[in-house]
Parts: sequence; C-alpha cells; structure tokens
Amino acid sequence: MPKRTDIKKILIIGSGPIIIGQACEFDYSGTQACKALREEGYEVVLINSNPATIMTDPDLANRTYIEPITLPFLEKVIEKERPDACLPTMGGQTGLNLTVEACEAGLFEKYHVELIGAKYEAIKKAEDRLDFKKAMEKIGLDLPQSGFAYTVEEALDLAEHLGYPVIVRPSYTLGGSGSGICFNREELERVTRLGLQYSRIHEVLIEESVLGWKEFELEVMRDINDNFVVICSIENFDPMGIHTGDSITVAPAQTLTDKEYQRMRDAARKVISEIGVETGGSNIQFAVNPKNGRMVIIEMNPRVSRSSALASKATGFPIAKFAAKLAVGYTLDEIPNDITKYTPASFEPTIDYCVVKIPRFAFEKFEGVNDSLTSQMKSVGEAMSIGRTFKEALQKGLRSLEIKRFGLGCDGHDKFFDIPLKTREAYVRFFREKFQDEELKHKVGKYIAVAKDNRIFYLKYALLLGMTVEGINRVTAIDPWFLEQMKQLIDLEKKLMDVPQGEDPPRELLKKAKEYGFSDRQLAFCFGKNELEIRKMRQALGIDAVFKLVDTCAAEFKAYTPYFYSTYEEEDETVRSEKKKVMILGGGPNRIGQGIEFDYCCVHAAFALKELGFETIMVNSNPETVSTDYDTSDKLFFEPLTLEDVLNIYEREKPIGIILQLGGQTPLNLAKILASKGISILGTSADAIDIAEDRERFKQLLQKIDLRQPENGSATTLDDACKIAKRIGYPIVIRPSYVLGGRAMEIVYDEESLCKYMVQAVEVSGEHPVLIDKFLEDATEIDVDLISDGDIAVVGAVMEHIEEAGIHSGDSASVIPTFSLRKEIVEEIIVKTKLIAKELHVVGLMNVQYAVQRGVVYCLEVNPRASRTVPFVSKTIGVPLAKLAAKVMAGKTLRELGLTTEIVPDYVSVKESVFPFIKFPGVDIILSPEMKSTGEVMGIDDDFARAFYKSQDAALSHLPLEGKVFISVKNRDKTKIVPIAQKIHKLGYAIVATKGTAEVLRDKGIPAEPVLKLTEGRPTIADLIRNNEIKLIINTPSGKGPMLDEAKIRSLAVSFNIPCITTIRAAQAAAQGIEAVKSGKGLGVKAIQDYHNRELKKGVKTCAL
Amino acid sequence: MPRFVPENCGGTVFKVIPFMKAYLALEDGLIFEGEGFGAEGEIFGEVVFNTSLTGYQEIMTDPSYKGQIVTMTYPHIGNYGINHDDEESFRPWLEGFVVKELSPVVSNYRSAMTLDEYLKQHQKIGIQGIDTRKLVKHLRDFGSKKGVLSTVDGDSRRLVQKAKDSPGIVGVDLVREVTCKQAYEYSEKLLDGFEWGDASEDGFDIVAVDSGIKFNILRKLKQHGFRVKVVPASTTDEQIMKLHPRGLFLSNGPGDPAAVPYLVETVRKLIGKLPIFGICLGHQILGLALGGTTSKLKFGHRGGNHPVMDLRTHRIEITSQNHGFIVDMDSLREEDIELTHINLNDKTLEGLRHTKHPLFSVQYHPENSPGPHDSDYLFTRFHEMVAQCN
Repeated sequence: MPKRTDIKKILIIGSGPIIIGQACEFDYSGTQACKALREEGYEVVLINSNPATIMTDPDLANRTYIEPITLPFLEKVIEKERPDACLPTMGGQTGLNLTVEACEAGLFEKYHVELIGAKYEAIKKAEDRLDFKKAMEKIGLDLPQSGFAYTVEEALDLAEHLGYPVIVRPSYTLGGSGSGICFNREELERVTRLGLQYSRIHEVLIEESVLGWKEFELEVMRDINDNFVVICSIENFDPMGIHTGDSITVAPAQTLTDKEYQRMRDAARKVISEIGVETGGSNIQFAVNPKNGRMVIIEMNPRVSRSSALASKATGFPIAKFAAKLAVGYTLDEIPNDITKYTPASFEPTIDYCVVKIPRFAFEKFEGVNDSLTSQMKSVGEAMSIGRTFKEALQKGLRSLEIKRFGLGCDGHDKFFDIPLKTREAYVRFFREKFQDEELKHKVGKYIAVAKDNRIFYLKYALLLGMTVEGINRVTAIDPWFLEQMKQLIDLEKKLMDVPQGEDPPRELLKKAKEYGFSDRQLAFCFGKNELEIRKMRQALGIDAVFKLVDTCAAEFKAYTPYFYSTYEEEDETVRSEKKKVMILGGGPNRIGQGIEFDYCCVHAAFALKELGFETIMVNSNPETVSTDYDTSDKLFFEPLTLEDVLNIYEREKPIGIILQLGGQTPLNLAKILASKGISILGTSADAIDIAEDRERFKQLLQKIDLRQPENGSATTLDDACKIAKRIGYPIVIRPSYVLGGRAMEIVYDEESLCKYMVQAVEVSGEHPVLIDKFLEDATEIDVDLISDGDIAVVGAVMEHIEEAGIHSGDSASVIPTFSLRKEIVEEIIVKTKLIAKELHVVGLMNVQYAVQRGVVYCLEVNPRASRTVPFVSKTIGVPLAKLAAKVMAGKTLRELGLTTEIVPDYVSVKESVFPFIKFPGVDIILSPEMKSTGEVMGIDDDFARAFYKSQDAALSHLPLEGKVFISVKNRDKTKIVPIAQKIHKLGYAIVATKGTAEVLRDKGIPAEPVLKLTEGRPTIADLIRNNEIKLIINTPSGKGPMLDEAKIRSLAVSFNIPCITTIRAAQAAAQGIEAVKSGKGLGVKAIQDYHNRELKKGVKTCAL
Repeated sequence: MPRFVPENCGGTVFKVIPFMKAYLALEDGLIFEGEGFGAEGEIFGEVVFNTSLTGYQEIMTDPSYKGQIVTMTYPHIGNYGINHDDEESFRPWLEGFVVKELSPVVSNYRSAMTLDEYLKQHQKIGIQGIDTRKLVKHLRDFGSKKGVLSTVDGDSRRLVQKAKDSPGIVGVDLVREVTCKQAYEYSEKLLDGFEWGDASEDGFDIVAVDSGIKFNILRKLKQHGFRVKVVPASTTDEQIMKLHPRGLFLSNGPGDPAAVPYLVETVRKLIGKLPIFGICLGHQILGLALGGTTSKLKFGHRGGNHPVMDLRTHRIEITSQNHGFIVDMDSLREEDIELTHINLNDKTLEGLRHTKHPLFSVQYHPENSPGPHDSDYLFTRFHEMVAQCN
C-alpha cells in the first residue's frame, strides 16, 4: 500500500528528560522517526522538553517545541500547529501516558488529530493490566496468576490466596516504578501503599511470583496488512525477578529449541493482533519455567522501547525508522532493507554473532541506597558488545562499561569483598589457597544469591573457589549454559596463569585467549607485562583483530552498510577507502556525569565532517544512542572505547586524526597515551588537556592571566590534607583528581569529616592525590562554553546557576542569559575565558566554571572539551556549537563559518536537572558537589520567571498554583526565607512550618501554621504529606545523612511526588515563577525555530570586547 | 588424540578433553582447520549453509540434507542438546556438520543427550572452531561447493583433490537413498504442548510419496484430518491408484529433481486423477511433470526467515526453506498454470497451482520444523481441495 496522502502534518511526542528507565534510546527512535517522515514529505511537529537530543535540533523537525510534555502544553502545541495526525509510540512511556491522558480528555477529538501507529484502545489494552490480562486470557495465553488491588487490604487477601512471594506491579508507570517483590505481609503493605501512589489510576497488580524463571523478550513488528515479523529474540542472563533493564541480556535467545521458540513467536503474533497494534513495533516479554517449559506472558509494550533500540543495533534492522514508515501506510515489503538494499524489510533478521548488553549502575552516587536488583529498574545506562561468541561479547561488554574493568576480572582490579587482588601473585595465591574453602564458598554463595551490580564478578569468584555450575545455578537460577560459558573463560584463564613468568605463551594459547575476548590488559595481568607489550607480542605472532559486518542476514546477502565489530578470526571485511578520514570517539554507556549531551556532540561532529567531505568513523559502545545508528557516520564500529580497541580501528583505518574532545571524559582519558603513540588528536592538544587537569600547571596558567582561584592544595596523605585545610581554612571542597561528575567530591566543614573522607577518597583516586579547595560560601556559580579556532574565540553563552556554588554544575539549574550579575562581571568573565582559550591554544570547545563571591571572580575549573551544556547553549542561541567545533578541528576558521561575535538572546532559557530519587527510596535528595542528576530539561520563554516555571513543569516537578506549602529551613537561611514566604503568602498559599521557621515567619507577620517534626508526636509533617495535604516543600538541609529527620521528609516528598525545593535561590526562583503565571500573563508555546528566527530579525546583540 | 589438562589450578583432578583436528576443504581450494567432534573419519558432500538460529536437530534429521555438509551460520550450536521429540526422521541424514562453536553443556528440560554424543552415535562428523562467516561468504559469492570433511587427513592438497573428485549432487538420485523401503501408515500426532494451527476431524485417506518426508509433514497432515499411507518414491501410478486414495501428497527430498525421472513420470500420470499437494522436491517434481524445467540456485535457500508473498492475497509469510534447486518460472508455459507465490528476496518461484486440475505446490516448508508457523493455511487448502474433489 502506498503512503497516505490524506495526512500532511504529523506530531511526534518525545520522551523528555533522561531518567532511569527512559534514556537516549528515545532520541534514537524519535530522530529516526523525524527523518523517516520528512523523507516521505510530511511536515513534522515535535514536542520534547529535552534540549540534549538530536531530535530537538532545529533542522530535524519542521517545528520543534522545547516545552513541557504535559497535557496543557500539548494542547497549546496542537492548537497552534493543527497537525493531522499524532505518532505517540516514539516517546516511551511518557509519550504513551500523555497520549492516553489526551485521549481521555478528548483533546485529539477536539482538534481532529488522528492517532497513527497505535490507537487509544490498543495502548489502553496493553498498558492497563486488567485489560491486558483479559485480552491474554481471551486468546488462550498463560499468565502468572494474579489479581488487582485498589487497597492494601485487597492486596493482602490476594497474596494469601496466591502464596508468597508475590510481585506488586502498579499500572501505568515506567521502568517498573513502585514495583517490587514481597516475601511477607509487612513488605507487601509497604510496597502496595507506594505502588498505589505511583500508579496513575491507583491500581496495582498482585501477581504469582515467577522468580527464577528464564526471561525472554521478542521484538516484533506488524504492518497494516497484518504482516508480522520478529526482529530479534533476547534472553536474559539474569532470571525473572530482575528488571530487564537491569539484567545482562543476550541476543539471540540461546537455550530455546525451535519448537519452544516458534511457540513464543506464535504467542507474540497473537498478542500484537489482539492488542490491536495496527502498525509498528512492540516488545513482548515472556517467562519460561526451566523445569517444564511452561511459558507465561509477562507484558507487552506497544511502542518502541529500550529493547527495540537494542534489537535495532543488535541486528542492523532500524525498528523505529520502519515503524514510522508503517504508520503512514507502507507495508513491510514496500520498504527496502537498508543494509542489503535489494531485499525487502519483510523478513526476520538472522545474526551470526552474539550480542551482550550489560547495564551500568551508579549506586556509588547515592548514600544509603539499596543496591539489590529487583523488578524496579535502577541502572542509568548500558553498554552493548558484539562478539562471535557469548564469551567474547561478555568480556568486551564488561570492558565497555567504563567501570575500570577490562573483562571478566584478572585485570588488576579484582577485589574479593574487602580483599584487594591487584597483583597477579595475590590473585593466583588467593584462589589457589582458598580453593574449596567451605567458609568462603558459603560466603560467596550467599552474596550471589542476591543480584547486585557487581554480581557477575562474584559469579566468577564462586567458580574460582570451586563452586560448581549446578551449585551456582541452584542459588542464582542463572541458566547453566551461561555459567558454563563463564567456566570456559575461567578454565582458559587458568591455563594463561600456568604459563611460567618470563616465558612467552604459545601462539595457540594466546590466539584462543583473544578469541575468548581477553583484553591485552587482562593478558598483561596474566603474563606480568604491560598492555602495549602484549599488543606487540601478539601482533608479532600475527594475532590481530579482524572486523566483521553486522548485516541482518548472516552473510546470506551482500551488505552495503559499513557497520562493524571486531573479533579474532580469519577474514577481515573492512574496505579502506582512499578518502580522508576522521575518527570520532563516543562517550560509552550513559552514566551520571556523562550522558546524552556528549552523544549529541559526537553526532554533530559526524554530520559536520561529512559536510566537509571527510569520511567519518564513529566508535562507541552505547546501543541507546544516535551515534550508534549506522546512518549517522560513514562507518560505525560498535566497540569498547579502550586503548586496545581504539588502536585496532586506528591501525586498520588510518584516519588523519581522532576527535576526542566531544565524547566526554571517556575518550579524553586516552588523549595522552594516543598522542604519545604519535596519533594526531584533532583540535586542542593533549598537552593543553594536561595543563587543565594538572594542578600545578593549571595554577601557573591562571597566575599568568591574573585570574583568581580559590585557595587550594593537593595531598596524598591524611596529614598533608589536614595541614592544607588548616592553612586555607574550613569549609573546604575535597575531591580526587581525574574524575567525572564530581565523583566523591564533598564539602567538608571540619577535621573530623576530613579524616572520614580521606579513608574513602584515596582509593577512589588511585595513585592520584586528593585535591583541596577553599569552599566559597554564598557564591554565584557561572558556566561558560566557548568555541575557538586557535585564532579567535567566541563565547557561546555565559550561564548563571540558580543554585549557589558548591552544588555540582550538572545538578544546578542554569540560566541564559545571566540574571543577577553586573555587566562588568560578565564582561570580565568573557575576557578571562578567552584568555584561557588563547593560552591553551584551544581548537574546538572549552568549558570554564567560575564562582563569583562578593563581586570577585574565581575560576573553579577548565575543561578543554565539549561540556554537558553544549546542546543547551546551542538550542538557546541557535548556533550548532558542536558542529562548528568539529569543522574548526578539521581546519576551518570561525570567520569562514560565520561566527565571530557573541549572541545574547532577548529571551530566557533555563536548564533544569532531573533526578532519579524516585527510584531510590530512602536516599536523601539534597544537592551536593557530587552529581546525581540523570538528565535535563529546558524551559524557554520571554522572561526568567516563566522560563523557570516551565523548566520545573518539564522536570516533572510541577509547581502548584494553590494549596499548602511546607517551609522548614536551616538557621542560616531563616532570614533569607522571609521575603520568599511573604511572596508565597501573598500569592494565596497557606504556609505550614516547623516550630523554628514558623516562629520566624510569624515574627515578620506571615501567618504560618506550625507542624510537628517526626519525633515530636502525631500528626507530623509526614502525616500531612501522606494525606496529600502538602503541595510544595521548601526545605534547606542543615546537615547530611540519611538518618536525619529532614532527610526522611524529603525522601517522603519524592515518594509522593511533591515538588521539594532544597535551596533558597531555587525557592526564590520558584516564587517568581508562580507569581508570573498567577499574574494572568499565562504561558504560551513557541517553536524553537521561531525563537531563532526572531533573533535574527532583531539583529544580534553582541558583547563588545 | 586425547590430551590431559588439569581441571583446576588447586586440585589434582584431571579430565580428558576430546581434542581432534579436523579439516574442511572445498573443491576450489579453500581450506579450514578446526576441531573435530562427533565421529572420526572422512566424508564428502556439497557444502551449504543454513541461517536458522534454532532448530539444528530438525535440520540434521531432515532427509533433504542427504549428500550435504551443512554449516550453521549462528555460532553457538548444541546449546539445548538433542531430545526425543524434535527429530524429523529416525537419524541424521546430512553428511557432515560445521559450526563455529559446539556448546560444552546442554541446557533444556527436554534434552536427552548432547549433540556430540548424538553425532557419535550416528557416525557423523562435525567440525568446530572455524571462521564460518568466511565460509558462508565464500559460498554466497562463488556458489555451493563440493567439499570434504576429514579428521584423518591433514594434507590440504590431497583434500582439495578429493573434494574435486567427489561425485557431487547434480544428476545424482539421492531420493533412492532416503525413501522408505516399504509402505506404512503414519499415526503420530503433533507434540503435546506444541500444537498450532487448525485441526480437522473428518478424515480422508491419502497417499504420501516419500522422497525423504519429514515427520512434521506427516504430523500436520494428520492434524488436518488425513489418514496417510506413506509409500516409497518408486511406487508406480497404478500401485498408488490401487490404494484408492482421495488425494496425493508429494514430499520434500534431497538433491536434484531431474535425477528422479521415474517419480516425475508417476506424477504426470496422476495429474487430473487425484488432488495433489507438493512441498519442496514435491513442488519441483510437479513442475517437471507439468512440462517445466528446474535449475540449481547459486547457493540455495536454507533458513527460517525467507519472505514469500502469496500473490493472491498479497500477504507475506516468513517461511522455512531448504532447497538448492528451483522450478524455472519462465519454463511453465502452459497457460493453465498460475504462479501463486514468489520469494521476495530473489523473486524466484515459490508456489504454483493449476487452474483446471486440482493441484498446487510450494517450494518452501509450510510444515516448518524448524521455522515459523505462518503457512499452515496450505494444509487447510489441501484439505478443502480434497474435500471438493470427493
């Protein structure tokens, strides 16, 4: 069937900020959808609040609304744009939930917008657990036994009947929010109460536990003619009970016979037909009892998903792109397979390699977090790896994770509980001596029974200690097939260790080790050599990586798309062209501190260099991203970003240079060693990077340009640290060197805390010292992004943070243009930033952070690379900085590119951070120098107040326009809160406050109803929160630690989804925002293209220099 | 030769690891050295590849692979072992088996033995540890090749010569080797828990000519209400008619259809007399009987993911395929012959019917096993056709 001509304009709903359970896979999908629809001549309107996405680039959709993804804003966009149709399946759970809400509010009907891809009824049937259950029963599919509960009592009754353990699943949540396994009544009561809260319709499913069953997923597609294909089957390494997003997963399924697999395929086909997904992709999850093969259906997602992105990258079949085409009427046979060109998309991909996805966690960021893995997702990112065997893929996956591991252990970073096994001798001796040690076997057996982020390594230790595959299977329910594969790795490792020290290993053994995915780093550990020595040794023996194609068809047809992975076999399939090539290193898995922003920059570099006629080579290991779409660059290498893997590609492709500065810290860490091997680093030199990162050299630089820096020092011992602290005076900021995202950075107020910190910190920084800075209290923090071609430098934006200095810049709200600084200060900052760029000979991007305290500018940090704020700045000022940076690195001048002066917009853009606290109940939500946010949103409007209000709305922290506000601030903030409370009171809110705060407010004539703290009797503030009486909380922390009363209140607020403001400045901004909105001016929407155009019309305001 | 390795670094337990060099040589000189498994020895065959991710047991026991050395494109094979239910005949028929990596353990509740044990039991040779993708690309680019698989000879020049000298499968009657020795009634049904598709109650007696028939065809025929008498491929038309069948089924089978003229002759005589349904080789035999010609594909279709379009409904089926020969589309001149199905990958003929006589056939495998269940309607169609004619 040809494409539809009765629709012209299509609205796509994005997924908003990156949160746990919803990451950049939806940028990948949404970007594909935008491109596919525009390719077909449709006009695309997009709503997405996340500026760090490729899909919100002004040239991707025709009309891009960076506005909150909420019903009121959706209506405003629809009212303004009047689209003919809406494609709701690209924006994850956020998109679907909003679609359901909009349908139920009659919005689409009102404006005659047709839903394409999935209709309301289908979404409802798939998402509503009761409807889903009924539908599955109707088509005769087996489900875990279950029932719905709307009260805690109902849940308890059901559990009595089903028998513990039971699983609680709230309806309509994403990433399994609020779900959990309950082994007893008490747990069930607690989880149900929360689950009812999380559920949009206050409904939870109480379900028979299929804990320990094997878990499978099928990614399927269907077209309007009812043609149906399975794109990929996925088997979870971790059995049922652990969210699939937190499981190690493997494609294709490994342990199903064809009979079982086809039964699953039949079931999937029935499900998608019964649910009524007319066109597009769905993800269907199954559990299989390993004892008897009983198969039950767990759930289905009638949309693209994290798994569909994974399936696309794993097979080369672009699900989202084709889903968009199917939605406008094409059938699968009418769409050519991109990779083979001459065969149609109406087939099922088959693969001749093994794919492993490993989740990336960030528990170290959250003190007091429960790090056991459950049915609620907790990981913040993932790495995917491809190998010819599971063993190879697993090892490559582990070294892709950016957790300083280089495979399945024996890499110098092994640690058995608190026993470090850093040297070969310690490692070998330990496992030789403790082999079959009953006590240790018992200990490790107990540990692996509960899934944790590091369980994979402990599974290995269990094997090394002599636990059998059967024994491990008994406690973990992990399939013996996977465990036996690990055992093969361990058996080979033993052979490697048996090679006498100083002797060269036999070629066959070395070759086998490489085939099994052992990295040079691991081999270096085994043979007592260094990584580069191993490389030299194996290359001399002719053991080199070869690259194979991902081609959707297991080589049955010729492939035209150069998408590669490395392995150790005979034939290499790369063809080196004579074109000039540039290699771009991506950022690896998403984690806190390094997310989609860097992928955005890498993608822009690929686009920019293609424009200049270069052949672009992308290297990355993150399956969620746009950079790993084979459409993005000329060649894609899906590989870990370690020295070894990068060199393999470099040696094969011989590019003119490598771009490191756009992928964040991961590639930047390779700068020195790559440069030392004579490899050309494009843009800013490795030496300049070193100046910025080396304390002493950096100090000299600042002195040279007469720029102040907070007093500081560096220490390698506790003694040193105390001395320095005394010299510069408390409070101090302390952190390890060479880290990302403020990892382990803390503000320390006294010597006791300093001692406590030093015990942990020295390990974090390895051989590097800890850095100590004077903490500037009550200072305003400033972020500056700059681009330079080595000759001239232009500041992209000077951003003022709302939160004061001391809170990680990635966690602060940040505003363009600055709103409280004097003009001279801004100008000083611009001048100094340019001087730094000049001194460092920056070619490309640079980010500098300043603190302004009482009119004095201090430089905090210089990063001669793309920063997290590059997309935000680019979207605000309408200049694609990353793209220009790539061109500059390739030799263009800023003059040639037409950017020579600063652009200061006459509208306001606010970036707000989004936090994962809802996934970590009990963790205190206060902000600190350690970054905790997973994503960001942007609010843009004509003035600060409204832009801020929008940013809060977009950050899922909707500021209420009426109701009770709870205020409790630390003593130092008591005077500062008064004017804010005054405003809040005038705006018509009732104020509730703890005793101390209430007294202060009442002294100033502001009515405040006192409320009891948790330990002062009942009812307490917690009761008010639970009863939904409080609409907004302003609470500035007086101390740190999860045991504190106030921490409990804050964490409760998160559970009940009540906005909670923890700094005075944010409270000020919130009051301003509310005031603006209540003043009747209201909130409008405007496409980003209009902001940028208006700006051009009015002429550019420039800062003179 | 067996080799002793310590099982762990701490103990003194030793375990025998089977280790045997094996070689795969193609007639055009390509040689692979790997590790042998299954039986020892030397065998010849046409080297082909199958892209199915699952179903190696069904593939090995499919008589259509007689004369062939089969390469699995998916690297991990043997993961779920061998069970008693998933056989398509009583023994493996392929000559040799090529995989990237044989699973060291089996993991499946139905598994009864390992793949290695099974091959040993049936004296079949396997090779693992070779760059199967390189092999597959070679076969794709240069066509299926005659090859030799050996665990006893390591001399590459000699091996290549042996491959060259081997008979190959073109023009060779392999059906004779796989067909049943005498007629029998089939009575098994689909496996409990793995049923799918429509079932029919009212029974018809039909004859199925066994050119290497797969069990699942018999199971599906039974499910669709047929009582099936299986007869050897050499059974004449008179012998068939004496059985008074209400319909005739022509099975799949190995090798070159042109090498079984006796069966073509039998079928030609039965056209118009009995409703006929042919699958795979049965389709080719019917094509020849209708006056068409057949030819050899460069590297064949073997896998479970081939898109076929039913030209009447424009619906796409994902099909299970296993054939090296095709009926030439242009050779079917008779205007009463309707081309009903085509392969969307290479646009070759996948199905035909006669507009006057009750007969139809498909090149692919609606009984699957292994493969998707999309084409079950063909059995229903056969049932309707037989019902109409009687």
